[in-house]
Amino acid sequence: MAKKRTIRTIPQERTPMREQDPQARAKNFEEVACGYSIEDALRESERCMLCPDEPCIAGCPVGIDIPGFIQKLGEKDFRGAYDILTDTNLLPSICGRVCPQETQCEGVCTVGDSLEPVAIGRLERFVGDTAIKEGWVNIPYIEPTRFRVGIVGSGPAGMACAADMAKAGCDVTVYEAFHQPGGVLRYGIPDFRLPNEVIDAEINNLRKLGVKFECNTLVGRLFTIEQMIEEMGFHTVFVGVGAGYPTMLGIPGDSLNGVLSANELLTRCNLMRAKEFPNFDTPLPLGHRVAVVGAGNTAMDAMRVSKRLGAEKVYCIYRRSRKEAPARVEEVHHAEQEEIEFHWLTNPVAVLDDGKGSVRGMRCIRMELGEPDDSGRRRPVPIAGSEFDFETDLIVYAIGTNANPIMGQTSKLKLNKWGYIGADENLATSVAGVYAGGDIVTGAATVIEAMGAGRKAARSMKAYLGIRDSSLPYMAQDGNGAGSLFGIDLKERNFARVRVA
Amino acid sequence: MSRFEIIKREDFSDVTYLLEILHPMMAKVARPGQFVIVMLHEHGERIPLTIADFDRNAGTITLVIQAVGKTTKEMQRACRVGTGLYAMVGPMGIPSPISHAKKVVCVGGGLGVAPVYPQARAFKEAGAYVIGVLGFRNKSLIFWEDKFRACCDEFIVCTDDGSAGIKGLVTEGIKQAIAMHSDIDEVVAIGPPIMMKGCAEATRPHQIKTMVSLNPLMVDGTGMCGGCRVKLGDKVKFACVDGPDFDGHLVDFDDLMTRLRRYTKEERMSLDHWEKNCRMQKQIEAASALPASPAPASKVKR
Ligand SMILES: Cc1cc2nc3c(=O)[nH]c(=O)nc-3n(C[C@H](O)[C@H](O)[C@H](O)COP(=O)(O)OP(=O)(O)OC[C@H]3O[C@@H](n4cnc5c(N)ncnc54)[C@H](O)[C@@H]3O)c2cc1C
Ligand SMILES: Cc1cc2nc3c(=O)[nH]c(=O)nc-3n(C[C@H](O)[C@H](O)[C@H](O)COP(=O)(O)OP(=O)(O)OC[C@H]3O[C@@H](n4cnc5c(N)ncnc54)[C@H](O)[C@@H]3O)c2cc1C
Ligand code: FES
Repeated sequence: MAKKRTIRTIPQERTPMREQDPQARAKNFEEVACGYSIEDALRESERCMLCPDEPCIAGCPVGIDIPGFIQKLGEKDFRGAYDILTDTNLLPSICGRVCPQETQCEGVCTVGDSLEPVAIGRLERFVGDTAIKEGWVNIPYIEPTRFRVGIVGSGPAGMACAADMAKAGCDVTVYEAFHQPGGVLRYGIPDFRLPNEVIDAEINNLRKLGVKFECNTLVGRLFTIEQMIEEMGFHTVFVGVGAGYPTMLGIPGDSLNGVLSANELLTRCNLMRAKEFPNFDTPLPLGHRVAVVGAGNTAMDAMRVSKRLGAEKVYCIYRRSRKEAPARVEEVHHAEQEEIEFHWLTNPVAVLDDGKGSVRGMRCIRMELGEPDDSGRRRPVPIAGSEFDFETDLIVYAIGTNANPIMGQTSKLKLNKWGYIGADENLATSVAGVYAGGDIVTGAATVIEAMGAGRKAARSMKAYLGIRDSSLPYMAQDGNGAGSLFGIDLKERNFARVRVA
Repeated sequence: MSRFEIIKREDFSDVTYLLEILHPMMAKVARPGQFVIVMLHEHGERIPLTIADFDRNAGTITLVIQAVGKTTKEMQRACRVGTGLYAMVGPMGIPSPISHAKKVVCVGGGLGVAPVYPQARAFKEAGAYVIGVLGFRNKSLIFWEDKFRACCDEFIVCTDDGSAGIKGLVTEGIKQAIAMHSDIDEVVAIGPPIMMKGCAEATRPHQIKTMVSLNPLMVDGTGMCGGCRVKLGDKVKFACVDGPDFDGHLVDFDDLMTRLRRYTKEERMSLDHWEKNCRMQKQIEAASALPASPAPASKVKR
């Protein structure tokens, strides 16, 4: 092996990723970030010092062996890198694109102490995309068990759980209410950030594992969770229905035409393809001056979609400052490049009526940062007398979502006080055999956390069924090995053999 | 080929048609007041339609549709026995609460005639005295009279031009029912918002509980977009998951009607675009002197 890398010997600059020109891309739905070439990826891989403490692994919500895959990548063993990645992360192409790496792996990267951190996300994406291009899939030979598993919701939580259960030899069916699978990945995150082909490729991989997708199925109403267990022959069920119920501001003028949730805008545009209206039938609300309230990923997506649909001006209205904005740093940066006008420390107080039931403008008030609140962020407080009006014809709320009521209305699952499904640390719900994870348990979070929850639930479900497989590290929880037998968790009574074909 | 096969079609008039769709699982659990969302083809819009009837044995769901715009007109052209829908999901919404009311008036007008039928039948089965009030523009548009007569103890038809039954709106029928019965417990009204508003106003002075089924614009039908939000007093509800049935005396109908006009321009565009395509398709067919193709122009497979 080459001589030891140090902070002085590695390439100092982070390898830039080619991007579409901001002027051009603000008019199309092509992907903004074009990805690394092989040369880019090899060069960036040299920036990883393969340091002994590996803080990135702990920084990753699912604990990917990051130095491991980067090392393989550096050796040009792309397939090997892919194998390491997919040991823990099923959807590298997706996570490489949408994870908030700056607060996870890259945020704790040793190189980042003195230079810019290694571009782990971009390398992950490179490996994932190479696999899609080459048609690689890691389909192990799976010894079938007699167990049937039902998954409700086809978002990242459901997909991850489905994959693990399928690899353990279970017969897995995923039910999805929409006519296409993918959850937020499909209906929320726009094409220019996550192209549909990437989602399709990952879903096809699941199909190859034997996972069945049943769309157009509203669980709870067509059949209940209890029926799945009691009548439909599912031995265990995972609920990953997300938390999509949008919050409205509750200010005067909320119900005027021209006020809508980011979810509605994005669903119409992405899932229903309203951007191609009238070749697709679903109409879109087009605005000349669009105001988006909020500064999370959803808000950034709504703004950038509005820009691409032809809005002259797009404003971001957020009551805190840029530093507190919850969106991925890259998204804020891209939005700024695309000439979105940011109004930090500004809070809406009313939507103004044009007298005909539509929006004419918005009244806002300036804010300043006061004492820190429970979340540790400084609380914004209104500056008295600073109200002002501005013109806008479309207002999009991206201020968060709540639990969808259907599961609560139709099952005996215990909910917590916010309406999310209550689950213990193993993600078991109050109904035996039923597990839950993702946004419906934690509230709106991230793709990788939802995936992590799906895998964690899968582990519990396998324990519940009494099977285990070798794809998951079963570490003794208490550290001294007393809870395990030759590294096998004592709770596991039996296991299905899995070998790579 | 298609998963949601149409196994029966009936045309009540040149704008109203019935489709029976095979979906045994849904037919088993559908309840009065619930609806489905359908897509005709991959490029289509998701449109909500009330489950007008269901046959648990035959495994079918009945939809009665008025051709008012692009999608409903295209369905009118394309949906034949043996063809299918690209998507149909449901049953959505909270089933209508069939109360223990002793005497009920079930009112249906326009596209609300069919949807009120399962409620009338359910009330009858629950032992109530059911008075049916149906509104049509004229005699020739009347349908399902026999079905309603079979489950109504009294049956009042209203027509705009007086060609059958009472001349006037369904509110006339309600007034007549209230005048003849002082002990009406509940009124259920389904139809265009302006009609439901009229019904709620007709019963308000008598303080008779009045349930209406709201039909705002919808996208997902699962509580995820908020497009279907309606005002109820000072509360905001999502019709697809909190409804679609609400207390008519609380509903802000003016708000509902304004919001229904949100996409008027785009709906027009969509219809024009489609009609133009249909015309072009016809011309092409005529020019190449081929036998008429059964598939409409826009139903291309991708
Ligand atoms: C616009 C937007 C942008 C985002 N950007 C990012 C980002 O850049 N990075 C990031 O990490 N995170 C991002 N997130 C958050 C991330 O997408 C979510 O945290 C994640 O998708 C949650 O996954 P999930 O599987 O729990 O639920 P979801 O992805 O919401 O999937 C749930 C699925 O269940 C289906 N469903 C619901 N009810 C039923 C039912 N009764 N029966 C059957 N199916 C049902 C839904 O239709 C849906 O398809 C974003 C979210 C949004 C909305
Ligand atoms: C819960 C619910 C149940 C419904 N049940 C039925 C039913 O059983 N039979 C039936 O024929 N229709 C029903 N509708 C209405 C039906 O969904 C609309 O007629 C349909 O979406 C129109 O689509 P389109 O493309 O043909 O017309 P568009 O071109 O979209 O619209 C044409 C005209 O119809 C009006 N319209 C559009 N959408 C709706 C809507 N959601 N509700 C009322 N008017 C609308 C528009 O304001 C416009 O004037 C129901 C709606 C809801 C929300
Ligand atoms: S239709 Fe989207 S929330 Fe009701």
